[in-house]
Amino acid sequence: MAEQVQMIDIYIMGKHYQVPEGLTILTALEYCGYRMIRGCGCRAGFCGACATVYNFKNDPQLRYDLACQKTVEQDMYLTQIPFFPAAKALYNLEELKPDGEQVLALYPDLEKCFGCNTCTKTCPQDLEVMWFMSDALRGDIREVANKSFDCVMCGLCAARCPQGLVPYNYALLCRRLYGHYLAPASKHLEDRIAEIEAGKFDAEIEELKRMDESELRRRYAQREIEPAY
Amino acid sequence: MYPAYMEESKHKVEVTREKRLKETFPRITDEEKTPLLQQYHPDFIEEGMRELLAGPNKGDRTPNEMAELLEGNSRVDPDKVDLDKIDYDVDVLIIGCGGAGASAALLAQENGANVLLATKLRLGDANTVGAQAGTQAADRPNDSLTIHYLDTIGGGRFTNVPELVESLVKDAPSVIKWLEELGVCWDKNPDGTMHELSGGGASRLRLHSCRDYTGLEEMRVLRDEVKNRQIDYLEFSPAIELIMDNKGQIAGAILVNLETNELSLVRAKAVVMATGGMGRLHIQGFPTTNHYGATADGLVLAYRAGAELIFIDTMQYHPTGAAYPVQILGQLVTEKVRTLGAQLVNIDGDQFIMPLEPRDVVASAIIRECQGRHKGIETPTGEVGVWLDSPMIDIIRGEGTVARELPAMVRQFSRFNIDIAKEPMLVYPTLHYQNGGIKIDTDGATTVPGLFAAGEVEGGVHGKNRLIGNSTLDIFVFGRRAGRAAAQYANKVKLGSPTLDHVRRWQRELEQAGIAKLRPISPKLLPDYARQPYDYLTGYTREKLTIGQVKLA
Ligand SMILES: Cc1cc2nc3c(=O)[nH]c(=O)nc-3n(C[C@H](O)[C@H](O)[C@H](O)COP(=O)(O)OP(=O)(O)OC[C@H]3O[C@@H](n4cnc5c(N)ncnc54)[C@H](O)[C@@H]3O)c2cc1C
Ligand code: FES
Repeated sequence: MAEQVQMIDIYIMGKHYQVPEGLTILTALEYCGYRMIRGCGCRAGFCGACATVYNFKNDPQLRYDLACQKTVEQDMYLTQIPFFPAAKALYNLEELKPDGEQVLALYPDLEKCFGCNTCTKTCPQDLEVMWFMSDALRGDIREVANKSFDCVMCGLCAARCPQGLVPYNYALLCRRLYGHYLAPASKHLEDRIAEIEAGKFDAEIEELKRMDESELRRRYAQREIEPAY
Repeated sequence: MYPAYMEESKHKVEVTREKRLKETFPRITDEEKTPLLQQYHPDFIEEGMRELLAGPNKGDRTPNEMAELLEGNSRVDPDKVDLDKIDYDVDVLIIGCGGAGASAALLAQENGANVLLATKLRLGDANTVGAQAGTQAADRPNDSLTIHYLDTIGGGRFTNVPELVESLVKDAPSVIKWLEELGVCWDKNPDGTMHELSGGGASRLRLHSCRDYTGLEEMRVLRDEVKNRQIDYLEFSPAIELIMDNKGQIAGAILVNLETNELSLVRAKAVVMATGGMGRLHIQGFPTTNHYGATADGLVLAYRAGAELIFIDTMQYHPTGAAYPVQILGQLVTEKVRTLGAQLVNIDGDQFIMPLEPRDVVASAIIRECQGRHKGIETPTGEVGVWLDSPMIDIIRGEGTVARELPAMVRQFSRFNIDIAKEPMLVYPTLHYQNGGIKIDTDGATTVPGLFAAGEVEGGVHGKNRLIGNSTLDIFVFGRRAGRAAAQYANKVKLGSPTLDHVRRWQRELEQAGIAKLRPISPKLLPDYARQPYDYLTGYTREKLTIGQVKLA
């Protein structure tokens, strides 16, 4: 089924290359001889190391994406922007309150957001960044956590924000506040931890640890399987 | 969008779906399992492995690619390093910042140690961040530590080290709670009960997840906490050799700045190795789910310092890597897809294995279906795969389940115009995990005094095959244990004078075995994906070649 590979033209830092179509931006860079050090992590769309900016030969408008996920296209102009540090508040989660005032106290700049929506347009994960910024301003921690959950912290929103804000760090604070303070408590988890501390399983586990393999195999084969759904 | 010629087989999947929805494929028996593994699992391919010719595990078998690096030559000339010029002087050095390294750093600091965390890429650029499906802990009323223990040891082909499994299952519920207290948002029902799923080889619903971004959520919280606690860290600074003292204890490490090649010397009373796995060695030519830095460095360094390794003859091939499109070849299609109800189906639309068997079994069954029975589907680039019938999920669990539970998968495939709620995915096994590694005890202590290990780099916890959700558990259980134990050890140990004699001895051993000149330099640090200029001289694109993971026909 092998098909003939078509070559397409791309430009890396202004220099012209021909690469086989169907490569991602990341593998195209490697095809052209670049050995990645920065700008490459999971290679699978999860870590945000490979945030990239590109445009086209005859279309100067900048576009944003993850280099490991985006396929190269004819006449792409590519460049890599290394991940750079951004303002992050230092805090002890135990001492915080899960509300809007707390978020503003740690990140007072949040108020400077004027709703230009550049962040949303930039996000390679297509998250509603501007909306969760306004949720944060309103103190709706739960909604920030929800809307920002798929954030890979690639930093593009911060790189593009005209006010120098760092949406991904505000969102991280809100998610941690949600997880720590607002998520409903799991009683069955607490109960199990107490049982373990009381030594409830110790004897059974000791028995299993000493059991010979044939008996273990027998027990394993006989175990009851809870239906998956 | 699939190429037109694949539509025919895809149609068969749709036609048989209704019948299959009512069908339960029988579980594999012990008698069927052994021949299946022996015939089709890559671990059993004779030519894929060889015996080690040097070091503490001399005579043990391991994949060829791993053997080359374990027998590699040092990157440093011991005579040229001035061990008196110390750049960092700490109690505990943690090497590698994935989930295991970050947990170890937090616990070492809590136990009073002055900690330095050195990592190869950025903080958290690691296998941990890619974990999608979840983390196991037996915390539901119908579950128990004993059942978790039995599942784990059966999945590991009854080879796991019992004490390590005990630690794993016992610490699990408190690890889930620890992470929640740090702010990890677990998927929960409105009444607060955890929303738990089943997984291959697990006999209870035990998988705690955060949508299909579980590892990302765990990692970004831990990374933030490392920063909040102001633990010192160095990025793009991999370790290239351990330093020992004249009493045979670990005394630090040599780091290199990846961009400038500058070396720095760390004196440390204890070292925690947390460098993760080896997927980027592409064992037997398999693509991999692993991150860019997964090159087995920690195994190499520890081995050279005399640490014993265990179960290095077993690799985990995840049953479902993407086989199409080629841009995401080998990237993970999370087991959660099967957990939620998707079946594995061949070119005729028939099932051939119960989808939630342990991973070694499912991977072997897919390889048999494609290579043995020729019932796979070929892609335009010459890969082959079977269907994973994801549209079943919304039928079984209600419209919208795929979107809610699998946003990362939906996003990844929609880039290529494949709607996984409506269309199946094409999958084939991919190199995923190193089952074995550095031998440890329940404190993460290795056979070398002062050297601790945690996470994917260690071995024994999972025996010869790890279950889903047990690795992101392992990294926190043993990361925490190793961090704590390293701090306590550092508090007591008296270091002698630093030396690289172990490197000299290693080089002599390689010379004596006659292999020094034949072996590469290791640790590898990064894979070689950049095409070299001389490649332009050949008719490159006409040949079958490998660039990164992308094979071009
Ligand atoms: C795509 C994917 C999905 C997965 N899904 C699941 C799942 O759902 N459930 C589950 O339980 N498990 C899963 N796993 C397995 C699990 O995520 C990993 O085994 C685990 O996270 C490994 O953690 P770790 O901290 O040991 O190593 P890693 O997270 O890989 O961290 C190792 C760190 O060490 C650094 N390092 C490497 N070499 C050096 C060096 N020489 N010097 C300094 N630093 C170095 C690396 O850069 C990295 O930062 C998955 C794995 C992958 C790849
Ligand atoms: S390399 Fe991790 S998102 Fe691209």
